[in-house]
Amino acid sequence: MDINEIKIVSGADKNGNPEAVEELIIRKGDILVLAGPTGSGKSLLLSDIEQLANGDSPSGRRVLVDGKIIDPFSTRITACLSQNMHFVMDLDVGSFINLHAKSRRIATSNTVEKVLELANDLAGEPLSANMHLASLSGGQSRALMISDAALISNAPVVLIDEIENAGINKTKGIQLLSTEGKMVLIATHDPTLMLTAQKRIIFKNGAMAKLIQSNDIERKHLQYFLEIDRVLESFKQSLRNGNRLDEETLKALIELRGVNHGQ
Amino acid sequence: MKFITVAGPPSSGKTLVLIHLIRLLKDDDLRVVVGKIDCHETADGALFKERLGIPVVVGRSDYVCPDHYGVVNAEEIFKFGEAHEADITIVETAGLCHRCAPAIKGCMAIAVVDNVSGIDTPRKIGPMLTTADVVVITKGDMVSQAEREVFRSNVLEVNPDAKAVELNGLTGMGALNLKRLVLDAPEIDTLTGRELRHDMPSAVCSYCEGETKIGSDYQMGNIIKMDVKEV
Ligand SMILES: Nc1nc2c(ncn2[C@@H]2O[C@H](COP(=O)(O)OP(=O)(O)OP(=O)(O)O)[C@@H](O)[C@H]2O)c(=O)[nH]1
Ligand SMILES: Nc1ncnc2c1ncn2[C@@H]1O[C@H](COP(=O)(O)OP(=O)(O)OP(=O)(O)O)[C@@H](O)[C@H]1O
Ligand SMILES: [Mg+2]
Ligand SMILES: [Mg+2]
Repeated sequence: MDINEIKIVSGADKNGNPEAVEELIIRKGDILVLAGPTGSGKSLLLSDIEQLANGDSPSGRRVLVDGKIIDPFSTRITACLSQNMHFVMDLDVGSFINLHAKSRRIATSNTVEKVLELANDLAGEPLSANMHLASLSGGQSRALMISDAALISNAPVVLIDEIENAGINKTKGIQLLSTEGKMVLIATHDPTLMLTAQKRIIFKNGAMAKLIQSNDIERKHLQYFLEIDRVLESFKQSLRNGNRLDEETLKALIELRGVNHGQ
Repeated sequence: MKFITVAGPPSSGKTLVLIHLIRLLKDDDLRVVVGKIDCHETADGALFKERLGIPVVVGRSDYVCPDHYGVVNAEEIFKFGEAHEADITIVETAGLCHRCAPAIKGCMAIAVVDNVSGIDTPRKIGPMLTTADVVVITKGDMVSQAEREVFRSNVLEVNPDAKAVELNGLTGMGALNLKRLVLDAPEIDTLTGRELRHDMPSAVCSYCEGETKIGSDYQMGNIIKMDVKEV
């Protein structure tokens, strides 16, 4: 299924007042972040898109696909990457990929190879076709899910409802979906992910309250967010390996702060 | 009135699905009544009452098969709905043996199955799934997108005419699609004279009558002995 544009014609907030953002257009390759306090309506927007709301959901929004209302039962335009990090199927990775490709009628001789290559690009530890799904780590599972969504699910829109960290190179995973021409929508509370997108919608009381276009200055912040993430990650590794924190590590942290302030 | 049957394996999410559905129907000012058929104690009646405040009737089949019991009492539940001036009466049944289905010709039949039960489950459920107009698939949050797609395609393989709706019983995501289908369900004036879509098993043996002892001497009525051959 190939679509170029989704338009969301806005509805009302929880009190019935019109939304500040009147209309939202999402195009191929767009990454859009949904941000806002908990309960502010991020998941409802994802749900409106998934079910192609036509004024009949609590928000009253309408979702137009290439300008038209389409039948939600004959066409599925979304794939969802859920929070879940594990598979329940009892299969090896190769058979799993083949099974999925067959159900979509797109299996070719090198499907497994292609999906694995992409997954390995994302996962910390490498995956292979003969590994059992149940034995994959959370990060490996998630990498396989993203690569499978990019290459096998032909849905043009990928919805990601993030409650917490995904445990893989997430910014890279999302870029990858975007390069494959997907529209990617991410509901998240994570500042690094928020800045990965060119655009973000801020939710308030159930409404799309503000559409913010990211810019160069913001992107410069991203660099430091990533640096902070890396520092935290190295502390995590170190603590999990049984190390203690001491004067040295504290000094390193203070110096890091000094460096960042200096720039 | 619309009369709708809902069936599915134990704990597949029937009650939670109905709660999300009925909440949306109530928002549209529709009057909904629920009948719940079970063979054991069930908390479902209380749950519908507490979460939705709608009229509920619970029937316990006790020592008879819940599917037989359901058919025997369908008219009674229909009349309960009429008495409450319901626009829609929904029956949640506890089909257990997968041999039959409560679906009635001319009334919408919904089957609820969950993703976690395994991708081969759609092939194992039989008439409950194959006679349904709508198949609701729950617990998608517990599996991957790929597993959801394979499960859905297996459902549509055994019942190509069904509308498949993915619905998360915890969050209610997907309930809008189910509501759209339910709003299109046919209206009927009476159940009397309507036909089941699938016959019920002819299980009239001594055990149906309460026999508990094992052995040919105790077996009477409709008895089928298996042909014991190694596979
Ligand atoms: N994660 C998840 N759990 C679900 C979902 N739907 C249902 N459940 C779980 O499944 C349990 C059973 O749901 P019910 O709605 O009671 O199932 P039921 O089919 O009505 O069960 P019986 O009437 O007892 O046969 C619930 O307590 C939930 O924990 C879902 O979409 N996702
Ligand atoms: N515009 C609206 N009109 C009516 N109800 C709304 C609206 N927006 C959201 N709601 C309702 O408010 C509740 C919370 O919304 P939602 O789950 O989308 O929040 P969220 O931003 O995803 O929160 P979290 O960050 O905790 O996941 C839901 O029950 C949703 O249906
Ligand atoms: Mg949410
Ligand atoms: Mg129940």
